[in-house]
Amino acid sequence: MRVARRELYAGRALLIALVAITVLPFLSIFTTALYPSGAVPTGLSWPADPQWGNFVEAFKIANMGPLLASSVFIVLAVVPVSLAISTMAGFAIGLLRIPGARFLLLLFIFGLTLPFEGIITPLYFLARQMGILNTRFAIVLPLIGLFMPFAVFWMRAHFVNMPSEISEAARVDGATTWDLFWKIHVPLARAPMASLGILMSVWAWNQFLLALVLVEDPSQRTMAGGLGAFQGHYATDIPLLSAGTILILLPTLMVFILFQRQVITALLQGSVKG
Amino acid sequence: MIGAADEADPWRPARRIPWRPGIRRRTWVGWLFVAPALVMYGLFVLQPLALTVQYSFYRWDGVGPATWVGLNNYVAVLSEPRLVETLFNAFRLVLFFSFIPVALGLVTASVIQRVATGRLATISRTILFLPQVIPLVAAGIIWGRLLSLSGLINQALTAVGLGDITEAWLGDFDTALPAVGLIGIWVLLGFCTVLLLTGMTKIDPSYYESARLDGAGWFQEFRAITLPSLRNEIGVCITVTVIAALAAFDIVYVTTGGGPGGATAVPGIQIYIVAFLERQVGLASALAVVLMVLVLVVILPIQRLSRGSDL
Repeated sequence: MRVARRELYAGRALLIALVAITVLPFLSIFTTALYPSGAVPTGLSWPADPQWGNFVEAFKIANMGPLLASSVFIVLAVVPVSLAISTMAGFAIGLLRIPGARFLLLLFIFGLTLPFEGIITPLYFLARQMGILNTRFAIVLPLIGLFMPFAVFWMRAHFVNMPSEISEAARVDGATTWDLFWKIHVPLARAPMASLGILMSVWAWNQFLLALVLVEDPSQRTMAGGLGAFQGHYATDIPLLSAGTILILLPTLMVFILFQRQVITALLQGSVKG
Repeated sequence: MIGAADEADPWRPARRIPWRPGIRRRTWVGWLFVAPALVMYGLFVLQPLALTVQYSFYRWDGVGPATWVGLNNYVAVLSEPRLVETLFNAFRLVLFFSFIPVALGLVTASVIQRVATGRLATISRTILFLPQVIPLVAAGIIWGRLLSLSGLINQALTAVGLGDITEAWLGDFDTALPAVGLIGIWVLLGFCTVLLLTGMTKIDPSYYESARLDGAGWFQEFRAITLPSLRNEIGVCITVTVIAALAAFDIVYVTTGGGPGGATAVPGIQIYIVAFLERQVGLASALAVVLMVLVLVVILPIQRLSRGSDL
């Protein structure tokens, strides 16, 4: 497409401005984190004497070690289970077309628009009743359930587009339903499963409301939940709070930079399908 | 059902058409595949959903006995100013979280599509997406800092000679909601831009070629070609951002907590406060039901319009 030179420059300028607006907040929080603890720095300015030790300090007082372990535990408990059961359900609804498949699909889709706040109150009482309140399972179990609408919908969208010849050939060769699923369709579904896994990991890591309401001890929470508690205690110590925020951002940022293509594609497809 | 499974050799279909024989057995097995997902969904989403509706008809402090109050909680939600106001605030947030990012995203994407190629496009796409992957809590803390008295926003205003209007944006009754809205724009603009951009790359370039031969400018092209072709993507953007606005919680919780004076109280925050701080479980549940209905009522027509009738 040919574009006039002036337009080219104007467009690039707009793009660069947008990128700057996205990046500046990160820069500002970074320079703020380097000021002496307790200072009130101006927006974007380099400190005379950068306090790199703030990160160590924030790591200690935010109890970052256990918090990291806790978040990893939650992600590892939620994501593989969600992935396995949603793939099975998507396979049954999209490919086996079991009777009632349409009803099941609608039932799961119904949950897609559901705001978490809508069910957080009963979840609290349910968790209390089950005796899992204030444990990580109070986050893990509801989160698996809450991921189901999207995850099943996502996997079903993959299976429904698989050509039926593959399954028919396998059936003729005498494959059981389980063989069909495990030996043939799971290997073929690796790409959508990987995207879904990445998406759910990011969402679990960033989950705040469930952590806030269902788990009182910050070190048993997700990273986002821990950050919320940290903010409550250190709201006045701006440099330290900034350092803590950066530490909590880092893992997400690293995952994003490592898997950026997959993450972007997954998030975009996820929203288009959802 | 069991009889069908026991017949002859269940592992081997008897006839050539693979889906006919043993279909009842397969039905049974198929439901087994759905069962785990259905159980988790039922236990931790549908059950609490039903409980929310049930709670909403009672007065209950979460500990003692509950009293049936009929529709009183709903009457309160729709008449008590501090609760009604949260619903209005939710719609005010839609303007910032949805309307502005989608409109701005459309303009930006169409500009980027014409000028950015190769390296620049890839890098900017990645960076614009950053706010979408970080925890919203972190976005809230970062922006709480930027919007504070000594923050970057005021620093920039002072630098361009607007030092008079600087203030603690999140602490002022009049500016708190737009300030929260600004955070929403920052989080969602990149997402909308990249999504719309992806949609634009699918448009056949020959449309543009012929439009340009006819002497069409940027705006005419935009209106006649780009906009209609992106119906689907725009629908998605609006859906995602409207839900983000109506169900906002994380950002508001860490920046203002609903204050000052309820200026940024949105339904999500108010449900949390009423249920867990004031211990009025029934009232909070009624608000939750209203919120969920509201989201559905707003989203369904958008889905209809942008997708046609398929689901």
